[in-house]
Amino acid sequence: MAEEVKLFGKWASPFCCRIEVALKLKGVEYEYIEEDMLNKSPALLNYNPVHKKIPVLVHNGKPIAESLVIMEYIDETWKHNPILPIDPFEKAMARFWAKFIDDKFWALWPGVKKAITSSGEKEREEGIEEAQLHLNALETQLKEKKFFGGEKLGFVEISASLLIWIVVFQEVMGVEILTQEKFPALHKLTQKFVDDDVFKQCVPPWEPLVAYFKAQWGTLAASK
Amino acid sequence: MADEIMLLDWWSSMFGMRVRIALVEKGLKYESREEDLNNKSPLLLEMNPVHRKIPVLIHNGKPICESPIIVEYIDEVWKDKSPLLSTDPYQRAQARFWADYIDNKIFQLGGKIWTSKGEDQEAAKKELMECLKILEGELGEKPFFGGENFGFVDVSLVTFSCWFYTYESFGNFSIEAECPKLIAWTKRCLQKSSVSSSLPDSLKIHDFVLQLRKKFGIE
Repeated sequence: MAEEVKLFGKWASPFCCRIEVALKLKGVEYEYIEEDMLNKSPALLNYNPVHKKIPVLVHNGKPIAESLVIMEYIDETWKHNPILPIDPFEKAMARFWAKFIDDKFWALWPGVKKAITSSGEKEREEGIEEAQLHLNALETQLKEKKFFGGEKLGFVEISASLLIWIVVFQEVMGVEILTQEKFPALHKLTQKFVDDDVFKQCVPPWEPLVAYFKAQWGTLAASK
Repeated sequence: MADEIMLLDWWSSMFGMRVRIALVEKGLKYESREEDLNNKSPLLLEMNPVHRKIPVLIHNGKPICESPIIVEYIDEVWKDKSPLLSTDPYQRAQARFWADYIDNKIFQLGGKIWTSKGEDQEAAKKELMECLKILEGELGEKPFFGGENFGFVDVSLVTFSCWFYTYESFGNFSIEAECPKLIAWTKRCLQKSSVSSSLPDSLKIHDFVLQLRKKFGIE
């Protein structure tokens, strides 16, 4: 029976990017369906009734939601080119760091939001400092770890690809948060993604991405 | 060589309880160390430098942190007895999805109920009940979330059941009134010795929270 793989996503979403990287690394053919998050399709609402969010992977009619859950599903279903280590302890470590990266990404968002929506310079700087606190936590932990040394992209690195979005945010805000001097390891990592052949195919084109967030945040700043 | 297993724990932690259940399900012997969360041991700080939290499983000297990750680790290492996750990737994905849902919702909402009052508390109660109803819907007519057998999602959720009395008492509501099937499921789980031996008494938790509320001046 032919495999049917569909990915419901949003082109500008870092969480969708992860899934596309995983599918491409495994050489899995899939149909991509772009969702309008302001006008969600009946299909999306049917496949992810709990969260109503993207990404959702639908494999032979069966939906899977939540990006890290989807990545593990992909790794377990298409077993070649493994993304996760085989050893249970190493696997546990990979899961731990992927979750840590996710938690930090969400944690730095209020600081970024503050910086975007603030009219005052002081508040803006406070927002940036708050965001950098979380980046610091990432930098400290990641620079000691080995998983960015290898040639192959694994679970943690694919999860970490959402850090590119911080670089996008910087351009939108006109402010550097992830500076090379303060965050050398993170900076090196984002460069690695930008240079990687598979990532290049999955990361959205730069200028439209910046323009998209500029438009989104224009709304955010205006609604304050 | 015999496995050396140590669990750094705290008696009232729903997250620690999950690991206890998994270890008992697998028939494993382990040393349990109760941490003083106001005075964390050098061992805890060494084994979990990132979060400095319990539970931490230390297996032959190597630490694993975060309860869902620990439970999966236990399930993978000791895979021949009482499997908690299916071998089917889709079933595994569903189980992980629901465990993630439980982790993102229940703890925060339950905590809000006993630490707040007025509108905040009402909002938390309402949202908690919505989440529990969704979970009850997912359970359906199955004896366990895992189907015929007790599984990963059951482990993830049942540990909150000893906190239900506390939520209900301080929030002045009844979970059973709106989610009778879910409460029936908790009773079914408690018939398993792995669960009954791992969960503290609901009243003990209630008294503990009473003391916490006095300490933090929540009235």
